[in-house]
Amino acid sequence: MSAPFRLPGRGLVDRGTELEFRFDGRSYTGHPGDTLASALLANGVHRVATGIEYGRPRGIVSAGVEEPSALVQIEAPFPEPMLQATTVELYSGLVARGLAGRGRLAPGPDPARYDAVHAHCDLLVVGAGPAGLTAALAGARDGQRVVLLDDQPQPGGSLLGSAETVDGRPGPEWAAGAAAELAGHPDVRVLGRTTAFGCYDDGFVLALERRTDHLGAAAPAGMSRQRVWRLRAGRIVLATGAHERPLVFADNDRPGIMLAGAARTYLHRYGVLAGRQVVVCTTDDSAYRAAVDLADAGATVAAVVDARPRVPEAWAEECARRGIEVRAGEVVTGTSGSERITRAHTVPYAGGQLNGLRRGIDCDLLLVSGGWNPVAHLYSHARGALRYDPARGAFLPDGELPGIRVAGSARGCVTLAECLADGARTVGQLPPPATEPVPEPTPGLVLWSVPDPSEQDGGAPRPRFVDLQRDATVADVLRATGAGLRSVEHVKRYTTIGTAHDQGRTSGVIASGIVAEALGVDIAALGTTTFRPPYTPVSFAALAGRDRGALFDPVRVTPLHGWHTAHGAEFENVGQWKRPRYYPLAGESMEAAVLRECRAARGSVALMDGSTLGKINVQGPDAGELLDRVYTNLMSTLKPGSARYGVMCGVDGMVLDDGTVIRVAEQEFLLTTTTGNAATVLDWMEEWLQTEWPDLRVTLTSVTDHWVTVPLVGPASRAVLAAVAPDLDVSNAAFPFMTWRDATVAGVPARICRISFSGELAYEVNVRGWEGLRVWEALLAAGEPYGITPYGTETMHVLRAEKGYPIIGQDTDGTVTPQDLGLGWAVSKKKPDFLGKRSFTRAENLRTDRKQLVGLLPEDPDLLLPEGAQLISGATLPAPPVPMHGHVTSSYRSAALGRTFALALVKAGRECIGDTIHVPLEDGVHPVLITDPVLYDKEGARRDG
Amino acid sequence: MTPVNVEHPDFLWRNPDPAPGYDVVVVGGGGHGLATAYYLARNHGIRRVAVLEKGWLAGGNMARNTTIIRSNYLWDESAAIYEHALKLWEGLEEDLGYPLLFSQRGVLNLAHTLQDVRETRRRVYANQLNGVDAEWLEPEQVAEVCPIVNTSPDVRHPVLGATYQPRAGIAKHDYVAWGFARRADEYGIDLIQDCEVTGLDIRGGRIVGVDTTRGRIATGKVALAAAGHTSVLAAMAGLRLPLQSHPLQALVSELLEPVHPTVVMSNAVHVYVSQAHKGELVMGAGIDSQNGYGQRGSFHIIERQMAAALELFPVFARAHLLRSWAGIVDTTPDASPIVGLTPVAGLYLNCGWGTGGFKATPGVGWCFAHTVAHDRPHPYNAPFTLERFTSGALVDEHGAAAVAH
Amino acid sequence: MQLIPCPWCGPREEAEYHYGGQAHIAYPEDPQGLTDEQWAQYVFFRDNPKGPFAERWLHNAGCRRWFNAVRDTATHRLLAVYRSGEPRPEVSSR
Repeated sequence: MSAPFRLPGRGLVDRGTELEFRFDGRSYTGHPGDTLASALLANGVHRVATGIEYGRPRGIVSAGVEEPSALVQIEAPFPEPMLQATTVELYSGLVARGLAGRGRLAPGPDPARYDAVHAHCDLLVVGAGPAGLTAALAGARDGQRVVLLDDQPQPGGSLLGSAETVDGRPGPEWAAGAAAELAGHPDVRVLGRTTAFGCYDDGFVLALERRTDHLGAAAPAGMSRQRVWRLRAGRIVLATGAHERPLVFADNDRPGIMLAGAARTYLHRYGVLAGRQVVVCTTDDSAYRAAVDLADAGATVAAVVDARPRVPEAWAEECARRGIEVRAGEVVTGTSGSERITRAHTVPYAGGQLNGLRRGIDCDLLLVSGGWNPVAHLYSHARGALRYDPARGAFLPDGELPGIRVAGSARGCVTLAECLADGARTVGQLPPPATEPVPEPTPGLVLWSVPDPSEQDGGAPRPRFVDLQRDATVADVLRATGAGLRSVEHVKRYTTIGTAHDQGRTSGVIASGIVAEALGVDIAALGTTTFRPPYTPVSFAALAGRDRGALFDPVRVTPLHGWHTAHGAEFENVGQWKRPRYYPLAGESMEAAVLRECRAARGSVALMDGSTLGKINVQGPDAGELLDRVYTNLMSTLKPGSARYGVMCGVDGMVLDDGTVIRVAEQEFLLTTTTGNAATVLDWMEEWLQTEWPDLRVTLTSVTDHWVTVPLVGPASRAVLAAVAPDLDVSNAAFPFMTWRDATVAGVPARICRISFSGELAYEVNVRGWEGLRVWEALLAAGEPYGITPYGTETMHVLRAEKGYPIIGQDTDGTVTPQDLGLGWAVSKKKPDFLGKRSFTRAENLRTDRKQLVGLLPEDPDLLLPEGAQLISGATLPAPPVPMHGHVTSSYRSAALGRTFALALVKAGRECIGDTIHVPLEDGVHPVLITDPVLYDKEGARRDG
Repeated sequence: MTPVNVEHPDFLWRNPDPAPGYDVVVVGGGGHGLATAYYLARNHGIRRVAVLEKGWLAGGNMARNTTIIRSNYLWDESAAIYEHALKLWEGLEEDLGYPLLFSQRGVLNLAHTLQDVRETRRRVYANQLNGVDAEWLEPEQVAEVCPIVNTSPDVRHPVLGATYQPRAGIAKHDYVAWGFARRADEYGIDLIQDCEVTGLDIRGGRIVGVDTTRGRIATGKVALAAAGHTSVLAAMAGLRLPLQSHPLQALVSELLEPVHPTVVMSNAVHVYVSQAHKGELVMGAGIDSQNGYGQRGSFHIIERQMAAALELFPVFARAHLLRSWAGIVDTTPDASPIVGLTPVAGLYLNCGWGTGGFKATPGVGWCFAHTVAHDRPHPYNAPFTLERFTSGALVDEHGAAAVAH
Repeated sequence: MQLIPCPWCGPREEAEYHYGGQAHIAYPEDPQGLTDEQWAQYVFFRDNPKGPFAERWLHNAGCRRWFNAVRDTATHRLLAVYRSGEPRPEVSSR
C-alpha cells in the first residue's frame, strides 16, 4: 500500500524498506527515517488527537519537540504515555493511538534497562544544525575534545528540512560530510538521538540518548533502551535553533493548520506533501520559502496572506512566477472544517485592526508563521538572562555566562549564512562554508493574536487557542487579566497555558504578548514564564537508571551470610545490612523460634552473628583524650586488656549512640557502635577531630568489615570456648568480666571480649573476616554437646530487654538523655566537659517529669503489648485529646519470665515504679504494672557463670 | 471529555498602591501571609492591613509545594495545630467560596523496617488519642488502598505496613492562595505586589514602620510570613533565628489516566507522590543539604528521587518528567515551626515550617492572626516559641513524623 | 550538580561532598560558664545569609577531609575554598 502523500524522489527516508504500523486501529506503512507524524501525513492522516477540554479534533502542528497538539499513546511494543507524534521515530510493529489529553501507564513493570554514562570534554556543542556543526568543526580542527549532541538521528538540524545548499552541496549532504569529518577526529564524539535536557553550573549538561526506541521489537535485549549522559564540559556552545511561532486566530486548532517551517521539513526531509491546496498566513519572510517549495513540489498554493503592509519583493516575485497570489496587509481570521481544515477566512488588516470584508479560500493545509522564538531553554536553566527583542517579538539570550556561548538562530541569527558563520566563530578563524545569496529580509510584524471578526461583529466568539494541549484561549487570558492578574505567572496558573508538553515553547511568548496588550504594559518588563528542566520530557525510568532493585541501595552482608541462608534464617534489614532475625526450624513460628533461642541462651549456650556492629579503631597519643571528650564517661583511665561501656551524646545532650570500648594498647582503642550508626559515629568523631581538635594526635579507622564478631552466650559458653581455645585460661579469675584477651580459637588468632548484652556469661569472639566461617563452625561443633543454638536479632532484643538494656534508636528517639535511660552512672561527674554535658543543666533537662525508661508488666501475663502503644492514666478512655504519659518502646514474650513484658518511656517513670498505668488498645484499656527496667537477674549473678 | 479547568471567579483582587500606613503589615504574600490577613479581618475585625509581596502573590513555596494535607503528627503540640488546620480545610471551600480541589483521598505513610513499624505505630496510637483519624495498615491493606504500590516482600526495602489517615489529602495550592487573597481583598485589605521590604523601622524596641521598594509604610505591627527569606528580614530587626534555608525540589509528569488513588509517603525510600485532579503525578524530591536561596536544586537529587519512586511504583517507569523546580524552605533544628512574639514589640514571627507549611495554611493563618491581634500566642501556637531552643523544650518531629511534609 | 574544588583533591562532583553548615563556629572555651541563652546560640543558632557564606564541607567520598568554603547562597557559586584552620579569605560575590 503506497502512501498517497509521499512524493517520489524527495526526502531522506529509506524508501527501500517498508515499516508497518498501526494508528487508531488502522494499519499503515512508512519508512525508516520517518517519524510517526510524517508517516501519518504521508498517509493523509491529519487528525491525530483530541482536545482535552472541548473534545475538538487536533492535528499535527510542527515537525519537532515544540509540538503542542499531536499527542499519542504508544501501545506496543510497550505502553508509553503521551509522546509527541513528531518525536516518535517510526519502527515496524509500532501501535499507537491519538490521545484526548491524558496518557496511560502500562499496568506492569517496564522490562527495559536504563543506564547513565559520564563524559568530559573541552567543548560541548548542543545541536548539530548549521551553527552547531561549524562550532564543532572549529573545535575539532583546533584539537579539542569535542562532544556534539543532536536530538535527531542524523545531523543537519534545519538543513534537513530545507532545499538550501552549503558549499554548493545539498544541506543534508554537507551536514553528513561535516559529521563524517568530526567522526574522524579521535577526540570527537557525535551523539545522535540525544537531547540535552538540562544545563547546570560548571559546564554540567544532562542529555538523554535514545538507543533502541527506533528499533521497536528488534531492539537488542542486552542494550539499555535509554541512557542519561552526564557531561562535564570546559565550554558549551548552545546551537539549539529556533522554534516557529504559530498565529492565534479563531479556530486555529483544526487539523491541517501547520507551522510553515514544519511543512518544509515534511517535504524535504520526509518527502511528504502535507497538503495539496495550500494557504499561507505569515508575519515574516520565512513562510514564503514554504510556499515556494510546496508549489515546486506540486501543491497548489492558493495564496500567501501577509499581515504586513509591505511584502518582501523578491519573494513576491518568486510567488508570482509560480502563480501564487500574495496578499499584503491581510490575515487569516478563522477557519472552517471539522476533521480537517477546508477553508481559511481572511480579512484585510492594518494598524492592528481588521478592516474590510471577509473572504474565504478553500484549502486542506493552512501554513502559519508568526516569527521565530530562539530556543533559550538551556541558557535559562544555567541562569542566563533573556531580553525582549521588539523586532523579532521574542526573548533572546542576553549577556554572557561563563563558559557558555549561544550560537546561530538560538541567538537570533536569521539566515543560514549567519548561522554557519556564528558557529564557526567558536574557536579560531574557521572560514564559514559558502551559501546561496538570499533576498534582503523585510522586517517581521509582531502579531500576538488576530482579532475574532465574529466577536467584533457582536456574534458569538470563536475560540482562539493559545495553548492547544491545554485548550486555553485568548478569552481565558483576558479573563485572567480581567480578574486582576498582572503577572504572567498568575496568568499561566489561571489559564494553565504552558504547563503541558509544550512548556511554553509555542504558547509562552504569545501569552505574554496578549497579557501585555491587555494591560497596556511593555512585554519587555512583563517578561515570560521561566524555563525549567527538563527541556523535553524524560521518562522516570531513564532518570532512575540502574539504581533500582538491589542497586537502589547497596546490600551489606557478613562473611557468615551464606551459612545463615543455608540454615533457614529469616532476615531483617538494619541500615544496609541483612541480619538474621531468627532461625526457624521446619514449621516453626517466629514466636516459637525466638522462645527456643532464648531458652538456649539462658539455659545452655547460643551464638549469633554480631559482625554488623560498627567498629572503629582509634589510635594515637591522644586517643584517650578524644574518647573522653566524645563519651559521657571516662575512657582514658581504661587499662589495656579491659573493656568499658560508653554512651555518646550530641551537643544537645541527647543520646547519639552507645557501645563498648576496649583499650588495645596504651595508644590504641577499639570502639563498637550500633549497627545502623557506624558511619554516623565515625563521621561525628572525624568532624570533631578535624574541625575542633586538630591538635589531638589521633587517627580513626573504620574496621567494621575486618572482623567477624560472634557473641557466645550462656552458662555453657565457657566450656565451649575452652574447647576451641585450649591455650586460653577461661576461668573467671584469669579472664574476668569486662576484659578481653587475644587467643587462638579453632587454630586462628582471635580477640575475645568478656562482655554481655544478655546478662549471661558471654564471650564475644572476634576473628578476621575470612576466618569467620571456620570459627563459627568450630564453635557450633564444640557446642553440639550443649545443644548450641544460633540466634538472631529478635532473641538478642528479648535477652537484652529482660535485663533492661536499651537499644539506641528503638528505646530512644532523639529526645532522650542518658539520665532518662537510667544511664546516669555512665555520665562522668569528674570530667570538666564532654559533648552534651552543658545541655544537661538546661531548664527542660531539670524537669522531674521527664520520660524515663522503665519496665512494664501487663496484668494479663499473656498480653503482648504492641510496640508504640501509648500509656494513659485511667482505666477508661476519655474523649480526645487524651493526655499521654509515655509509650511502649520494646515488647516481648519472655521464656525466662514465663510471660510478656515491655520497656517504656514514661513521664517520671522511676518515681512511678509499682504504679499501674493503662494501655488503650483496639480491644480495650489494659492495666500494666510499672517496674524497674531490669526484670531478670537483677543482682547480675549470671554474668560470671 | 472531562473538563479539567475549574471555573475561577471573575474577579480576584485589586492591585492597589500602598497607603501611608496600616494597623498591620504582613510581610510575605504567600499562603500563610494571605491566610493571616484574611483571618485578621474575619476573626478580629482588623481590616487596615497590607500584605506586602516582593514578587507575585503566592509565587514562593505556595506555588512550589506538593500540596499534601495531613495532621497525623506525633507530638501533641504538632497534632493540635495541624488538626486545627485540617478541620479548617474541611470547611474552607465553603468559607472562601472558591473551588480549592480539596480532595480527602487519604495519605499512606509507609514503613519499611521494623523500626519504621515501631515509630509509625507509635504515631498512630498517639494520633488516635489526640483525635486524629489514623490507622495502621498491614501490607495487604496497603495494597487495597493503593494497588500500584509494590508490596512484594522481595524488593530492596519491602513495605512492612503503613499508617493511613483517611481525612488527609491534597488541594490545589494556587487556588487556596487565591481564595484567601480574594476574600482578603473583599475585606479591603491591600495586597501589594512587587513590593519588597528593605528595612524595619524599630524605635525604642517597638516597630513603627517598614521601608519598601514602594516607599515607607507606617505601622505598629509587622507580621513576618516570608518562609525561606525570614532570616534576611529578621536580620533587619537585629534578630538571629535558628533557621537554615535550603532548596527543596519537586516535579510533575504529564497528565495520566487515574492510576494513583491516594497520597503515598515513604521516609526510608524517600518518596511522596500523589496524582493531581488533572492527572499529573506530583512528586517531591529530597532537600538539598546545603543552604541556598536560588530556587533551584541539584539534579542528582531528582535522579535519586526517580529511583526511589520506581522502587515503590514500578508502573511509573515510563511516565515522564515534564517539569522540575525548587522552593526555599526554612528549617529549624527540631523540624517544627516558630510562631509567636519576638523581642521587638509589634514584630511577630511565623517561620520554620520547613517542608510542611502548605498543610498548615489555614491553621497557621488563624493562629498567627490571633497572635498579632492579641499580642499573645493562640494556645495552638504557644508551644512553638523561639525560647524553646534555650529551655530545651523542643517539639522534635525529626524522624518521628515520617517524611516531614 | 556543581563542581566543588576540594583544597586537597581538586574539583570534584558535588555528590562526593557532605555539607557541614556555618564555618568558624568555635566550640565554647567553657561551656559550663555559659548562660542557657549563650549555650543555645552555640547549639541551635547559625547565620543564614542570602549572599556570601563561610561554610564547612567534607569531601566525604574522596579524601574525607573537612575544609571551608565561601559560597554565595543566592547564586550557589563557590567564591573560595580553604583548608580548616586557615582564616576566611576576603572575597566579594561575583
